[in-house]
Amino acid sequence: MAFCALVSKKALGSALRSGAADLGSGLCQIRRLQTFSLPDLSYDYGALEPAISGEIMKIHHQKHHQAYITNYNKALEQLDEAIQKGDTSKVVGLQSAIKFNGGGHINHSIFWKNLAPTNEGGGEPPKGALGWAIDADFGSFEALVQKMSSEGAALQGSGWVWLALDKELKKVRIETTANQDPLVTKGLHLVPLLGIDVWEHAYYLQYKNVRPDYLKNIWKVINWKHASDAFDGEAA
Amino acid sequence: MLHLFIVTLLYFFGYQKQKDQLRGSRRTSRIVAFYGLTAPPYELDALEPYMSQKTLEIHWGKHHRAYVDNLNKQLANSPLYGLTLDELVKVAYNNGNPLPEFNNAAQVWNHNFFWESMQPDGGYMPAAGLLQQIEKDFGSFPNFREKFITTAMSLFGSGWVWLVLKKEEKKLAVVGASNAVNPLVWGDIPIITLDMWEHSYYLDYRNDRGKYVNAFMDSLVSWQSATARMARAEAFVNLGEPKIPVA
Repeated sequence: MAFCALVSKKALGSALRSGAADLGSGLCQIRRLQTFSLPDLSYDYGALEPAISGEIMKIHHQKHHQAYITNYNKALEQLDEAIQKGDTSKVVGLQSAIKFNGGGHINHSIFWKNLAPTNEGGGEPPKGALGWAIDADFGSFEALVQKMSSEGAALQGSGWVWLALDKELKKVRIETTANQDPLVTKGLHLVPLLGIDVWEHAYYLQYKNVRPDYLKNIWKVINWKHASDAFDGEAA
Repeated sequence: MLHLFIVTLLYFFGYQKQKDQLRGSRRTSRIVAFYGLTAPPYELDALEPYMSQKTLEIHWGKHHRAYVDNLNKQLANSPLYGLTLDELVKVAYNNGNPLPEFNNAAQVWNHNFFWESMQPDGGYMPAAGLLQQIEKDFGSFPNFREKFITTAMSLFGSGWVWLVLKKEEKKLAVVGASNAVNPLVWGDIPIITLDMWEHSYYLDYRNDRGKYVNAFMDSLVSWQSATARMARAEAFVNLGEPKIPVA
């Protein structure tokens, strides 16, 4: 009888390295654990000044985001081991680390795409379908900006403020999530169009405790084109 | 203790002012007590180089001050005025369903406690009774140190890490809590605390939390103040017969 086992890339070790990937001619499946890596920014660290300083962008990207990715990869490895061993309590125990670090990776990946230098369209209000949806659901673009800024400022502790598309109701609305919880934790039918990081590391070096000033200035570098594309992609 | 005295003093002054006003008008005035900003018991540059003067100027002068101002503003129209800060924290926590005043009240309390948890030339180790209790409840001082650091490092998001004396279990323990929550709400007695909100270390350490926590343990924590708190705590928690050395 064919013996087929799912083995992880790590367990195969030297077998893989020597190229012996065809163990028993396809009788065994090799499940490779995907590792994640830091996505590049499509602009220089200093390109978002004076709204967000180059120093913040560099540390935010190279240290904070990288740390989430590193720890997410580590947690996934441990999860893989725990699943194979059938260690349920370990599997459950790892969930908070996965949510935190995986969420951090998701959120920051979205965030970098949500920003653009002013000479590349940053700050230009959305036109087209998203613009009309904002007018319909908030009254005006200015009203949305004001509401999102005040919700971001009022968030206690660390978290994110989102402009979300409710796929079911076909409406846009503002949501907040705590720590690194991704938007889906507020509803599987919510699609993130825009996310603003209100963790202190996102603004402290430049704005110190004045989070409202950070929220006032960040609109100058918000990439509405990306948000519009995300909206058109889902609402179609 | 000091802020209790200040509150009482202000209460008295407020009452005097109201009495004076009453002489001139027939309106009955409400006596309003409010909280003041307590200063760290050392100069703002005294914790250099482990915690810079710049950090203290902003952490105390802006963050802590804002919590106090916002709390007083909230209490102007709230039925919760007139409590001591300890009482206010417990009442506003509302058994896990915090009232709007909780965040400000708890953060004022936490920061008052934080400044007192540190001192210039701090760190090293506690002595005598407190050390004995730590060794009893953690096995050894290095064990406690590691537990404190690990708990601090594994906090997700903003929060505080505490050494507390647990009333029920009658033991010392290390607890981490999110945002503004502090052990008073569980009926436990705080002994020392470390602020793990990013604003507490970002200017001096950027994202290097490990370095910050170690600096606190090695050079900032005030075991003197912890010992005093422990002595006061033992009035409320019976830790058994004291070990009196035999001559």
